[in-house]
Amino acid sequence: MIHKFSMHGTNIVLDINTGAVHVVDEITYNALEYIDITGCINRTEAITALSDRYNEKEIVEAIDEIDELINNKLLFTADPFENYIPIWSGKKPVVKALCLHIAHDCNLRCKYCFASTGDYSGQRSLMSLETGKRAIDFLIRNSANRRNLEVDFFGGEPLMNFDVVKGIVEYARGLEKDNNKNFRFTITTNMLLLNDDILDYINKNMSNVVLSIDGRKAINDKMRKRVNGTGCYDKIVPIAKKVAESRNQNNYYVRGTFTRNNLDFAEDVLHLADLGFEQISVEPVVAAEGTDIDIRKEDIDSACREYERLAYEYIKRRKEGNWFNFFHFMIDLEGGPCVAKRMAGCGSGHEYLAVTPEGDLYPCHQFVGDEKFYMGSVYTGFTQESETLAELFKKTNIYTKTECSECWAKFYCSGGCAANAYQFNKDINIPYKIGCELEKKRVECALWIKAQESM
Amino acid sequence: MKHIKTINGASMTKNINKAGCGECQTSCQSACKTSCTVANQQCENK
Repeated sequence: MIHKFSMHGTNIVLDINTGAVHVVDEITYNALEYIDITGCINRTEAITALSDRYNEKEIVEAIDEIDELINNKLLFTADPFENYIPIWSGKKPVVKALCLHIAHDCNLRCKYCFASTGDYSGQRSLMSLETGKRAIDFLIRNSANRRNLEVDFFGGEPLMNFDVVKGIVEYARGLEKDNNKNFRFTITTNMLLLNDDILDYINKNMSNVVLSIDGRKAINDKMRKRVNGTGCYDKIVPIAKKVAESRNQNNYYVRGTFTRNNLDFAEDVLHLADLGFEQISVEPVVAAEGTDIDIRKEDIDSACREYERLAYEYIKRRKEGNWFNFFHFMIDLEGGPCVAKRMAGCGSGHEYLAVTPEGDLYPCHQFVGDEKFYMGSVYTGFTQESETLAELFKKTNIYTKTECSECWAKFYCSGGCAANAYQFNKDINIPYKIGCELEKKRVECALWIKAQESM
Repeated sequence: MKHIKTINGASMTKNINKAGCGECQTSCQSACKTSCTVANQQCENK
């Protein structure tokens, strides 16, 4: 299987199963139409069909080059991975990451908040230090011989309960050596309570910080409002700049959300770059159908064009020396994750779990509050029923999803988000279609950017 | 080659027998909490 596309005048061909990427000229791009999915070339048909546009010698040369790549197993390769699935998915479940809901409360009332403005449709509450410590014990106990363990301090707004964050970090660090573990802490914050002392602590202890800001002032303030209805842009921009500089423009992200009200979101990304941020992540909202902010089918073309426009400006700025990194255009073609990781995706429900302030376990932060997905507690361990649920999540991969198994982008998105799939289709094996279309465009942009940087 | 420039080889099938150690970062923890972007992650088993 191959995927070919043209963007801003560059023709790109991806061999799906090996990850080989080729930039081809127009003759070759058109000649590829005359090769079937097994890599069998119909030379006569190709020459006849293309001879009105190109001379025969050129057509034959292009076909010979295609043929050479096919022989070298760099085009039209078969899928060698399916046989490995039982080996990779048959391993005993191991928990390696927790999302700790330090606070089910927030000092903002963002209109698109999937957590119902911070309380996850429950009572506003804060995690106790005891529950946090139990979560760390649970993670160590269930991580077998996995050394690298991740803990994300999440909310609501985790800075509303920062003493507990510090207590948990201290407790976990104290257990690292004896248990041969390496904890990596991250925190996601709206920055309203971020002062110098907290920043100093974060910089000493957190491997990544995610700072929430949507971009332009009007866009940010329309969505990200305080409890009293005022926007937060003016307050958070100087703080975010300070965080970015204090971390030498590394190991942080300013992260925003775009909705159907700002489908010109490239302007928000570029605004963040203009403010001096070098690590930027802006992604589409996942909101219920029928709200006035959800990305709809009719918005896809416009959003895709905007990604292409952003990619063009992105490469222009990087070549001019105004470098910045857009998280969703990052792609590591040579290294990157192994195929097992690419098949399995985020690990929610087995490797990655969310913990509520009360210590309850869910497959990930987006399932919190849905009792069908309750998996147990850090106090009492997994419930018996959770085994079936964990198995379902563990066995879900790009081959268990019909749409994914046939999709060219499967090894780049890994099957998408289980929570989104469930939200829209009530089945974690049926991906969220709009999210798929946008993800495919982001992968194309990422491949185009790699092509520009390699030429 | 005159018509084709390969910018990446067959990287996906390299070291296939070593795949699946699981030491890598959980993708949703990095900078996105609502969408999967896996292809940019680092392998920790090099």
